[in-house]
Amino acid sequence: MTASNNGVLNSKVPEGNLQDKWDNHKNNLRLVNPANKRKFTILVVGTGLAGASAAASLAELGYNVKAFTILDSARRAHSIAAQGGINAAKNYPNDGDTVWRLFHDTIKGGDYRSREANVFRLAQVSNNIIDQCVAQGVPFAREYGGLLDNRSFGGAQVSRTFYARGQTGQQLLLGAYSAMMRQVGAGKIQMFPRREMLDLVKVDGKAKGIVTRNLTTGEIERYAGDAVLLCTGGYGNVYYLSTMAKNCNATAIWRCHKRGAQFGNPSFTQIHPTCIPVSGKYQSKLTLMSESLRNDGRVWVPKEKGDNRPPNEIPEDERDYYLERRYPSFGNLAPRDVSSRSAKYVCDEGRGVGKTGLAVYMDFADAIKRLGVDAIKAKYGNLFAMYEKITAENPYEVPMRIFPAVHFTMGGLWVDYNLSSTIPGLYVLGEANFADHGGNRLGASALMQGLADGYFVIPYTLSDYLAENLHAEKVGIDHKAFDEVENETMERINNLLSVKGKKTVLDFHRELGQLMWDHVGMSRNKEGLEMVIKKISELREEFWQDVNIPGENSTLNKYLEYGLRVADYMELGELMARDALDREESCGGHFREEHQTEDGEAVRDDEKFCNVSSWEYKGEGKEPVKHVEDLNFEFVTPSQRSYK
Amino acid sequence: MTIHLKIWRQKDRNTPGKLVDYTLDDVNPDMSFLEMLDWLNERLMNEGKEPVEFDHDCREGICGSCNLVLNGMAHGPMPGTAVCQLHMRKYKDGDTIVVEPWRARAFPHIKDLVVDRSSFDRIMAAGGYISINTGAPADANAIPVNKYDADLAFDYAACIGCGACVAACPNSSASLFTGAKIAQLAHLPQGHPERKKRVVKMVDKMAEEGFGDCSNYAECEAVCPAEISITSIAEMRREYVKALSEIE
Ligand SMILES: Cc1cc2nc3c(=O)[nH]c(=O)nc-3n(C[C@H](O)[C@H](O)[C@H](O)COP(=O)(O)OP(=O)(O)OC[C@H]3O[C@@H](n4cnc5c(N)ncnc54)[C@H](O)[C@@H]3O)c2cc1C
Ligand code: SF4
Ligand code: FES
Repeated sequence: MTASNNGVLNSKVPEGNLQDKWDNHKNNLRLVNPANKRKFTILVVGTGLAGASAAASLAELGYNVKAFTILDSARRAHSIAAQGGINAAKNYPNDGDTVWRLFHDTIKGGDYRSREANVFRLAQVSNNIIDQCVAQGVPFAREYGGLLDNRSFGGAQVSRTFYARGQTGQQLLLGAYSAMMRQVGAGKIQMFPRREMLDLVKVDGKAKGIVTRNLTTGEIERYAGDAVLLCTGGYGNVYYLSTMAKNCNATAIWRCHKRGAQFGNPSFTQIHPTCIPVSGKYQSKLTLMSESLRNDGRVWVPKEKGDNRPPNEIPEDERDYYLERRYPSFGNLAPRDVSSRSAKYVCDEGRGVGKTGLAVYMDFADAIKRLGVDAIKAKYGNLFAMYEKITAENPYEVPMRIFPAVHFTMGGLWVDYNLSSTIPGLYVLGEANFADHGGNRLGASALMQGLADGYFVIPYTLSDYLAENLHAEKVGIDHKAFDEVENETMERINNLLSVKGKKTVLDFHRELGQLMWDHVGMSRNKEGLEMVIKKISELREEFWQDVNIPGENSTLNKYLEYGLRVADYMELGELMARDALDREESCGGHFREEHQTEDGEAVRDDEKFCNVSSWEYKGEGKEPVKHVEDLNFEFVTPSQRSYK
Repeated sequence: MTIHLKIWRQKDRNTPGKLVDYTLDDVNPDMSFLEMLDWLNERLMNEGKEPVEFDHDCREGICGSCNLVLNGMAHGPMPGTAVCQLHMRKYKDGDTIVVEPWRARAFPHIKDLVVDRSSFDRIMAAGGYISINTGAPADANAIPVNKYDADLAFDYAACIGCGACVAACPNSSASLFTGAKIAQLAHLPQGHPERKKRVVKMVDKMAEEGFGDCSNYAECEAVCPAEISITSIAEMRREYVKALSEIE
């Protein structure tokens, strides 16, 4: 593992004042004239918020867009499940919010591991996003006067979060989807549902096409384009259990990584503190309970180990409200990474609750006493109902049981300021890239980022690349590069089908997930990471010798799809562990036990690690090489986050 | 607990399908219905048999992927709930559950419990949008929307596009789905400029795709996981009649 010089990674951040960078940059980017736009085909892979917004915007500009999704319709994607809301610096409530403040909160929340210029641009375009969505008919919450309502989210000191009941992601996605459907109707977007991108095709070092599997027929298909946009979301499902939708996966980004796109900060994972705990081996995914509950819920465990009395029988003075105790100024609103870690500690001490001991209480009794049942119902009724549906317990009467769960991946393919990966012509948008959230993402900022990338960044930056390639020779799907990639893909599928071993894909995924959760989860140490790297590589070998994939390639076969994805997780999981091992500091969601204060708080090392680790794939069985992008803080001064 | 399943198995559109019996004797009441199917699939795979194919993604009732008819009820016995949110504790030890896919001409069969719902996308492409390009629209607060309309628009916008309304309807009508989108946009000032064109195009497309007419059975409302009200269908009709009378 060698750290190479920085020359390889050019972030292309424009010169000038923070406030002027994006405008200056836009002034300098080359344009493509309308007649020429028609000559370009853009392949958009993934139609969540990032992909749908990009596809619609590019088609409106006149490009030919081909859009791909694993699901049966672009109206569905993981984005649809986002509950809480989307941030913007509108300052409608007049509570002192500004673009600068949103920028500053986001970069601080990320524990100073993201690029200043990117985060500032994100805050700048946040307001355009809200305008755009409202114009599309997104029914955001409104006040009686007819104007938009805002709330404070995730401990922010201002109310800057726009929301649509508990279904913000759904409404934003349907807005972007309908903009897409308009372009489908106009013939500018061709939609390819039930398609999974399995590899990237490069010609002379540039991204020129993709190979997909038609998930209904099993056919391997080829698509050529002038640029490829990966909008394929996060890879939290490496951990097996997460709050991610079941079809979220890492295949597209991992395959591109293997073709030369570097992977930024792979170990940066967000573990969300308030999810419904695991109930048994059959558990297939975890459900998030919105963070907004922490505004009124008090988190506690019994003071005594192994105290298994029902919660309501445990007297007040025998309860440990550990967040309030450890973080008096933030209390139950301490940031996600800090809250999650604290829950882990008390459970490790044997003070966890519920059947498994892997849960803590979130108690609304005080809030109900203070505000009345009706007020609590009005605020959280739908969340309480959802909790009751899943657990059969009534949270108005007994405290909720919650536990942290994998929720978001801040890591992803490395991109420059233009969202270009290290492969020219391959752009990465939304959760799939590593860019804007640093070591820890703040609530309501992923929706903002996905839509910023798709609506307001890529339409500008892509035109610069296309203008440069106006006269490049067109590559057709009969190019030999397609033959090679298609053959390799077929071989991979046939190999997998021919193992015919004894263990199911689920067996392997669960094993991998447990290893990742135990050692590359909320708390990491050298010994565990070294061990897990070895274990994963053994598991991978076993997988290719003993997995049992049912059926054949030529029909719908979800366990074959799943098998291909798990094969990729086995490789990515190892890279995540390597990255975590290499980063000898604690920052954001990445907590290395060797780097903590006496009372267990994270210790960041800005001397050595004020940078992005960007990993280059070197081939089967070879160690990846780390490149480093230094993060220069010109406009803010990194400070130690303190929530005491 | 023990659960008997009769599951529709069909290799593809051209092969006839049939109900196949399975018994699971180790079902945990805390399992979701889909987790029970995962459990069954694991067992089938371990026995060298082909697992049952079904669509799913979010497993929290919001994406609209899951689509199972249980004992004749689209999404199963719990009102206002997608089948992925149904837990086995709703059933009794020894119960028999018949599991079938959506059945409608406009939703061609793919495999086992999976059908093709792309006709919904085509209805949307016919007019289920507001024609606004990405750019610099007016400030979001430039047009106030009274809270009554905003809330109503939201109620209609909550449709998850699952297709249960079609599956439950004796006429296989997509009126609840289409009506919900039309009513949402009709209640927002942003939707007004195109409302006539929109309703005519979407309604015509619905018929063209092979969905039936609505004759007020209201079965759709009963099964809709998003609890979309059939007033949306009334709104759609009103919009349609108004549009036709004024378009000439
Ligand atoms: C439960 C939950 C709640 C959340 N709540 C909030 C919130 O309140 N506010 C907030 O800001 N953020 C929230 N987030 C985070 C946020 O929802 C996501 O980060 C964001 O929606 C990701 O959008 P995306 O477009 O990048 O990816 P996704 O929405 O994941 O879309 C990925 C797309 O890529 C497709 N795809 C993937 N792989 C392939 C392939 N190989 N070939 C073809 N297609 C492929 C998929 O089909 C899909 O269309 C939440 C996340 C979760 C899990
Ligand atoms: S109206 Fe209801 S039943 Fe019909 S598609 Fe929408 S959510 Fe499903
Ligand atoms: S799986 Fe998403 S609604 Fe059921």
